[in-house]
Amino acid sequence: MKSHTIMLDINGDSRIVTVRSADTLLNALRGKLGLTGAKPGCLNGDCGACTVNVDGWPMKSCLMLVVEAVGKKITSIEGLKQAPIQQAFIENFAFQCGYCTPGFIMNCHSLIEQYPDADDTTIKEWLESNICRCTSYIEIEKAVKSVLKRN
Amino acid sequence: MLPFNFDYYTPKTMKEAVDLYQDLDQQGKQPMFFSGGTELITLGRINLAYTEAVIDIKDIAECKVMQVSGDHLFLGSSLSLTRIEEANLFPLLTKTVSEVADHTARVKITLGGNICAQIFYREAVLPFLLADSQVLIIGPDGEKIIPINEIFQEQLRLKKGEFLVQVATETQFIGAPYFSVKRRQQWETGYPLITMAALKIDREIRVAISGLCPFPFRSKEVEASLNNRGQSVEARIDRALAVMPTPILEDVEGSAKYRLFVLKNLLLDVMAALDGVRVR
Ligand SMILES: Cc1cc2nc3c(=O)[nH]c(=O)nc-3n(C[C@H](O)[C@H](O)[C@H](O)COP(=O)(O)OP(=O)(O)OC[C@H]3O[C@@H](n4cnc5c(N)ncnc54)[C@H](O)[C@@H]3O)c2cc1C
Ligand code: FES
Ligand code: FES
Repeated sequence: MKSHTIMLDINGDSRIVTVRSADTLLNALRGKLGLTGAKPGCLNGDCGACTVNVDGWPMKSCLMLVVEAVGKKITSIEGLKQAPIQQAFIENFAFQCGYCTPGFIMNCHSLIEQYPDADDTTIKEWLESNICRCTSYIEIEKAVKSVLKRN
Repeated sequence: MLPFNFDYYTPKTMKEAVDLYQDLDQQGKQPMFFSGGTELITLGRINLAYTEAVIDIKDIAECKVMQVSGDHLFLGSSLSLTRIEEANLFPLLTKTVSEVADHTARVKITLGGNICAQIFYREAVLPFLLADSQVLIIGPDGEKIIPINEIFQEQLRLKKGEFLVQVATETQFIGAPYFSVKRRQQWETGYPLITMAALKIDREIRVAISGLCPFPFRSKEVEASLNNRGQSVEARIDRALAVMPTPILEDVEGSAKYRLFVLKNLLLDVMAALDGVRVR
């Protein structure tokens, strides 16, 4: 029981993987599944660089054991294919070094899916979960608002 | 990734969870109940928590309940704080938990996990202390329903092998006027300096506080001082400050003196919001 062979539903594919109970979803994505889009930052739930989407909601993958993800629908940045928010990040130059970008995009994407008409308070509440060391906040705000406006 | 290995169990019933705990404890595995799991994941990583057997209670139906039935609201211990906010069945609770951690983390953090956590803030307990809620606990001795104000003395006084299943709150408290505020040292995210929740029922103000002492609390003495209408607001608040439990925290978030200064102003806000009394 310390090691488990499990099936994960990730980016629309079923993947079989052998993991330790003690592995976080972040470890498994990066170390076992070759999906390195989710970034390790603080590993403590504070920075949001590791954010993916689980059953439609943003999830800090460093705060979830991979065994908890069985039976859930996981989407990582690799699973977004030309999502409007990706394009909006490019158009608005919403990054500098890019390290926080996958996490921000996954959080913004979940927000847009859950609240297509999110107001400023909701946008702020959701996006406070991620930190950008290069302080691209204004551009990120512009990017997410440009997609929400189109809705 | 945690630096130690453990077995992972997902019991489907309360009995299975209780039996598992006892078995694993007898085998010396130091079993741990796991709800949102953020405590084990964050503290385990730096060797401040350890277990050889995790009992994940999220699949137990009773722990997922969220419903109003008769004149009570029942909330399961494994509901995430986000689910509680989205459903908004208890506005004071919604407001109080919406200040815990950050939005994404609250998708993972659960009600029971926050109430039972090691961290001293545990803001989710405050509304239930104010609303005289009851808790359903299960353990080797079976099920128990206990007033939260009896069993929550600085922390939920659970016996070995017991876990919190649900919290039941009478609907009359849910509709009562309330006030909830969280003050941080700086910025809008991060750990709280002080969180205060207040409720007015039968013309009396109730307050519960987290971040002032190394435990969340509701104090009858503090409330008696605040509700002493024969005196001026300032005198009532001064008296309330004099009877606060001790010790007052003194840490990087703020000195004891600063905390009491912030608290005084929060109490003024509570009195203005719920009693309509202002200091000129
Ligand atoms: C980014 C971040 C920010 C945070 N900010 C805050 C904050 O602002 N305020 C705050 O209070 N905390 C904060 N925390 C700490 C966090 O709240 C606690 O770790 C969390 O409340 C625990 O919830 P959980 O559901 O993850 O609990 P778990 O980790 O599952 O459990 C916590 C503890 O309670 C026990 N337990 C869990 N469920 C039960 C139950 N039903 N019955 C009996 N025992 C049980 C577990 O064995 C464990 O010891 C933060 C954590 C992170 C990662
Ligand atoms: S690495 Fe997960 S929140 Fe920072
Ligand atoms: S772009 Fe560098 S951390 Fe955000």
